[in-house]
Amino acid sequence: MDMPVGTEERAAASAPSRRASPVASSSLSIAIAGSGGSGVMTAGMLLLEAAAKAGLYGLMVRTSGPQIRGGEAAALVRLAHRPVAALGDAFDLLVAVDWQNVHRFADEIPLCENSVIVGDAGEGDTPDVFRASGARVVPLPLKKIAKSIPGSWINMVALGLAGALSGLSAAVLEAALRQSWKRDDAGLAANLEALRAGIAAASQVDAFPTLGAAKPARGTRWLLSGNEAAGYGALCGGVRFVAAYPITPATELLEWMAPALAKVGGTLVQAEDELASVNMIIGASYGGVPSLTATAGPGLALMTEGIGLAVASETPIVVVDVMRGGPSTGIPAKSEQSDLSFAVSGLHGDAPHLVVAPTSIGDCLATTQWAVHLAEALQAPALVLSDQFMGQSRAIVDEPAQSTWVARRLTATANVPDYKRYRDTESGISPMAIPGTPGVVYTADGLEHTEGGIPSSQARDHARQLDKRLRKLVLHDYGEMWADREGSGERAIITFGSAASPVREALRRLRERGTHVRLIALRLLAPLSQERFDEALAGVSQVLVAEQNHGAQLYRYLRAMIDLPGKPRSFHRPGPLPLRPGELADAILAWSTR
Amino acid sequence: MNDVAPCAPRTAQTYKSAYKPIWCPGCGDYSVLSSVTKALAMLDLPPEDVVVVSGIGCSSRIPAYTNCYGFHGVHGRSLAAATGLKVARPDLTVLVAGGDGDGYSIGGNHFLHACRRNVDLTYIVMDNHVYGMTKGQPSPTTEPDWDSKLSPGGTKLRVFHPLVVALASGANFIARAFSGDPNGTADILAQAIRHPGFSFVEILSPCVTFRPEQREWKTQVRPAPVEPTTDASRAARRLMTDDGFNIGVLYAGDRPVCPLAPAEPRSRVEDLEAEFAL
Repeated sequence: MDMPVGTEERAAASAPSRRASPVASSSLSIAIAGSGGSGVMTAGMLLLEAAAKAGLYGLMVRTSGPQIRGGEAAALVRLAHRPVAALGDAFDLLVAVDWQNVHRFADEIPLCENSVIVGDAGEGDTPDVFRASGARVVPLPLKKIAKSIPGSWINMVALGLAGALSGLSAAVLEAALRQSWKRDDAGLAANLEALRAGIAAASQVDAFPTLGAAKPARGTRWLLSGNEAAGYGALCGGVRFVAAYPITPATELLEWMAPALAKVGGTLVQAEDELASVNMIIGASYGGVPSLTATAGPGLALMTEGIGLAVASETPIVVVDVMRGGPSTGIPAKSEQSDLSFAVSGLHGDAPHLVVAPTSIGDCLATTQWAVHLAEALQAPALVLSDQFMGQSRAIVDEPAQSTWVARRLTATANVPDYKRYRDTESGISPMAIPGTPGVVYTADGLEHTEGGIPSSQARDHARQLDKRLRKLVLHDYGEMWADREGSGERAIITFGSAASPVREALRRLRERGTHVRLIALRLLAPLSQERFDEALAGVSQVLVAEQNHGAQLYRYLRAMIDLPGKPRSFHRPGPLPLRPGELADAILAWSTR
Repeated sequence: MNDVAPCAPRTAQTYKSAYKPIWCPGCGDYSVLSSVTKALAMLDLPPEDVVVVSGIGCSSRIPAYTNCYGFHGVHGRSLAAATGLKVARPDLTVLVAGGDGDGYSIGGNHFLHACRRNVDLTYIVMDNHVYGMTKGQPSPTTEPDWDSKLSPGGTKLRVFHPLVVALASGANFIARAFSGDPNGTADILAQAIRHPGFSFVEILSPCVTFRPEQREWKTQVRPAPVEPTTDASRAARRLMTDDGFNIGVLYAGDRPVCPLAPAEPRSRVEDLEAEFAL
């Protein structure tokens, strides 16, 4: 459900608006919630897969309580006729298979007067936090329906109900279930019956807006999570060695890569800690093999000494940080863009390095692949700032265009006379000898060194190597990849990472109402270039910086690094709640009419 | 840097670089360097196929003094860097070198896990029971009553027993050497490099600057009065009663080497797309 833009009352982030939505929804938002283990995630996945079969686009965000098993869980699904990469403003439908602890999701599942709540009256009353929205409550005996079909599960009843209300045909829903079924035939038959019973029960919810039939899909579509996309992008870029330590929400990236790497001739080592994982990938990359690790904020903090070593020894590595709420252990399973300051400036010493951020779930592929290319080409560490929202959500996207970013490292040939590993070249990039190559042996060093790699504390060696390591990053031509730029207008909004998706949607809504704001979604966060900003901001008089953190980290970083036009303003708030297009549209409208 | 003609017969000199070590006169590490180069000559390994990986400390300066590839990383993480290198490039011979502080204190966790992982590495610890580079602080192997500015009156802590820890953690080859016997040390190192899996060689290497009393080690060391054993429980008894001066190969196990290694690709990267495509 999308809220109308520009009403006098701004939807507060933590308290959902209670207004009715007067405009027809261009998307449908459905939450399926219940206790952990009740199968709501499976129901959500199958709903998304059925929608994909029906030619729709969509997105599923997983949310769960902190318990490993038995807590509360909800699948947040949004379906639309055009690509969606952000959650909507409110949910059209909440299906609760039970109410045990679902009230804890009140903030994450905002409802309004037009919303419908389907709950099982036998499982307790609808919690007041949901009733207060004014949503219509339709009690249905979901558990009884499931019990009446021996061997069936309640989540399949919920799937049938949610699917039918979304306008999906019984055929696509059944196909999705059949395709994913991995157990016996009797179980499949029972659950198909439960699915059909759920579809039949949908008729008891009247006056519910459906999306209507999708146009036949043009071209191939993919269904994947940001973590899978990043892992696949890494392999496309040439990564063949991974070392990592498990951490939420990056673990799935690693679990996807473990078997995938084995298939393409690579290896993955589960390290004893993040200090080990970053040094392992430095060792492997020193050996000539493009290498990557993935982690979250606490792990990145442990890795920083190693990343500095990669800077000083000029060893290419890629570190994917799937950001979560911080500081410290913070909010492990929820999203926040609060590692930015740390990523760009958290290394000790003057340590130029690359920081990039994907601008959507699908873009995790191309951006990670680009990061591998940049790290290898520039012999420097590249940090990729993904986050829990992009990493753990699944989306239906158009098949990504083939990109040509691959690992190409400048290496030394055998027996080069007077070989110097850290030669101060014009580009700043010097050929790297790979062990096994005769006649060019050298020692890579984290100590400041001469061009030949011998430790040196001489002022001229330090200045020369500092200049070299900065120059190679600054002189590189990053092309159009540095930012996604859209629209025109005298005002511009600058954002990055997962915030780009709700911002993009907010700007589209504003555009449809005649307000034009330029979008600059940064993919390259370090190094920044004044020239690139000047070109992108030509004709712009005011800038708003939007991001999901408490400290306005991007805003402060840009103010420190770049001359921006006019009086730059900031829209920022922390996680764990996702940025919603409606709140951004209202904020942008308020700013643009000031 | 490499001035040696590729077809010259390989001697210890082949593996020595032209750079003068920063070590103090009389430091045991000079002899260890000499033993490393002798061992490599005994094995006749092409220097470009050998990588010496180290952390931080006096002894960790050793890579640049060899004519092999070297990686001088950060404090305590040499085993991690070496593990990544060896798993990604199993064709290389990877030696890891450092001191007692680097290996047993800041790098202690990696020591445990390198032993249990059993990647085919040779780990050389030049143990002088002191932090020399920071000018004389107690390390995990320093005697509890050794007085220093940082721990006046001594640490009063039990001494770390690296060989016992290595055995308990799964190291596949455990030896002790003494820098004062470069030929004996070279022989042990050659055996360690040849032995599959994780080989751990603790080398008593005196710090004549901060521990001048260690000059007496030459009168205290003795050849271990036993043959190397492949029996871990026998080795455990032997090491638990060891006074720290028995020299020789004390355990040579036959644990399976870490199976992590790149395999022949079974599919192209593009083939993985199938799982995403609808």
